[in-house]
Amino acid sequence: MGQQALNGVFVGSIYALFAVGYTLVFGVLDILNLAHQAVFMLAAFAALLLVADAHLPLWAAMPLAVLFAGLLGILLERLAFRPLRGRADSNISGLISSLAMGTVFEAIALQIFGPDTSRFPHGTFPDRLIRIGGASASLLQLCIIAISVVLMALLTLLLARTRLGRQIRAVAESPRAARILGVNVDRVIAAAFFISSSLGGAAGVLFALAFNSISPDVGRSVELKGLAVIILGGMGSIPGAVIAGFALGLIEVFTVAGFGSSYRDAVSFAVLFVVLLARPRGLLGQAAAREA
Amino acid sequence: MTALLEVRDLRVRYGHVEAVRGLSFSVGAGEMVALIGPNGAGKSSTLNAIAGLVRPASGSVKLQGRELVGAPAHATMAAGIVLVPEGRAILGRMSVEENLVMGAEARPWPAGREEAQAAVEQQFARFPSLQRRRHALAGALSGGEQQMLAIARGLLARPVILLLDEPSMGLAPQLVQQIFQMIADIHRAGTTILLVEQNARMALKTAQNAFVLERGEIALHGPAPQLAADPRVQAAYLGGDVEAR
Repeated sequence: MGQQALNGVFVGSIYALFAVGYTLVFGVLDILNLAHQAVFMLAAFAALLLVADAHLPLWAAMPLAVLFAGLLGILLERLAFRPLRGRADSNISGLISSLAMGTVFEAIALQIFGPDTSRFPHGTFPDRLIRIGGASASLLQLCIIAISVVLMALLTLLLARTRLGRQIRAVAESPRAARILGVNVDRVIAAAFFISSSLGGAAGVLFALAFNSISPDVGRSVELKGLAVIILGGMGSIPGAVIAGFALGLIEVFTVAGFGSSYRDAVSFAVLFVVLLARPRGLLGQAAAREA
Repeated sequence: MTALLEVRDLRVRYGHVEAVRGLSFSVGAGEMVALIGPNGAGKSSTLNAIAGLVRPASGSVKLQGRELVGAPAHATMAAGIVLVPEGRAILGRMSVEENLVMGAEARPWPAGREEAQAAVEQQFARFPSLQRRRHALAGALSGGEQQMLAIARGLLARPVILLLDEPSMGLAPQLVQQIFQMIADIHRAGTTILLVEQNARMALKTAQNAFVLERGEIALHGPAPQLAADPRVQAAYLGGDVEAR
């Protein structure tokens, strides 16, 4: 039981980290960034290149890969979202253009790395097992949980306490009110993309380390889970995404333990369905409509 | 009086509709000027164009001699044009205090963060009803409190000129009096104000000079008391008898 809970928290921490970035952009722009999963994948490959080819230690490679992901986010915003801003159909056109950018990113990865699974070299992370009560976890798993929690806490602090955080929340609530307050809305949206993609990239590197497998389609498996998590948590809600991320991880692990792995996604999405029947806005969704 | 804000031949178009048609006027330093007129006369469009929320089709907007026409809102704000818009644009999901802090963060303070924080506290001292609800969500405030919050937030941006768009809209008569008293106090303390109002009576009572806008053009202008006595203004905007009310 304790072992399953630990595994659930471990998987859930990666889902949550992926989803907070996803939901941050949704909260600010009201648009799903469907290239988020491709940034997740490219950051994992970037870390792999830095470790395997540039022979950097992981502690140096990971921040660089995360920075790379953040810059990809800015590129994505410039190419896929900003040109469409202000159009009446920007929600759906942004969805399509981000899907296109995600596909382009995947195609680039396929060209460079091929379709096969790539792995980190042996010894990238010390292989040590730690016992906690009756359960055991690898040092890597514990580090992944810790890094995810710290990054999510930093994001929460940034949004609650800093000037940029207030500006991001202002743009999320009403771009017009933000403009009236002298906020450079374009710059704040670019910053939100940088943060969102950095977190998505961090989730990608941690996911690749956790399962020691990276392929150009690795983001696909997390994409739908991430979407489920942000809907379950309430679209645009950061705490909602954190709670729902851990919840999904736990549900998955206990489903596999109880019914076998073939029921994993079925039960997860059934729970999503039931929660939405009871709470159509998700666990912590905002009731207030966003202003134009 | 030297012109602080100078608007020349301003034109604003929405598609084929010309909302503002070659408007020219100026506001002197320390002055309070009112723009009055019927619905759709182009009053709010004029303020929005000055504040950079709407891009004018042509014309010139100069603040302290500096051309700002077509500049985005964050640039006009940086120059010191502060708009308290129609509908107030309160951030309802943020606390009252956070709304004020955002006002204080809109333009840099000479002595930095402490000075900004002290200014926020000053506004709380000035508006005890906001002080009492400092940690409440701004969306939960009453209409009058939200208007006070919007004005306090605008003042925290240290306006070179304060643009007030329909500050009395949707408020009970008693509150309207209170808000106009507040505006008069702010002006007396040295702030230059450009006021747009449907409530022509109160606007002409409070401002020094006024412009009457009709269909995007200036129909009349002059010192506010003189306009208030003008039979055309009385008939159209003051219900015929200015003294009786």
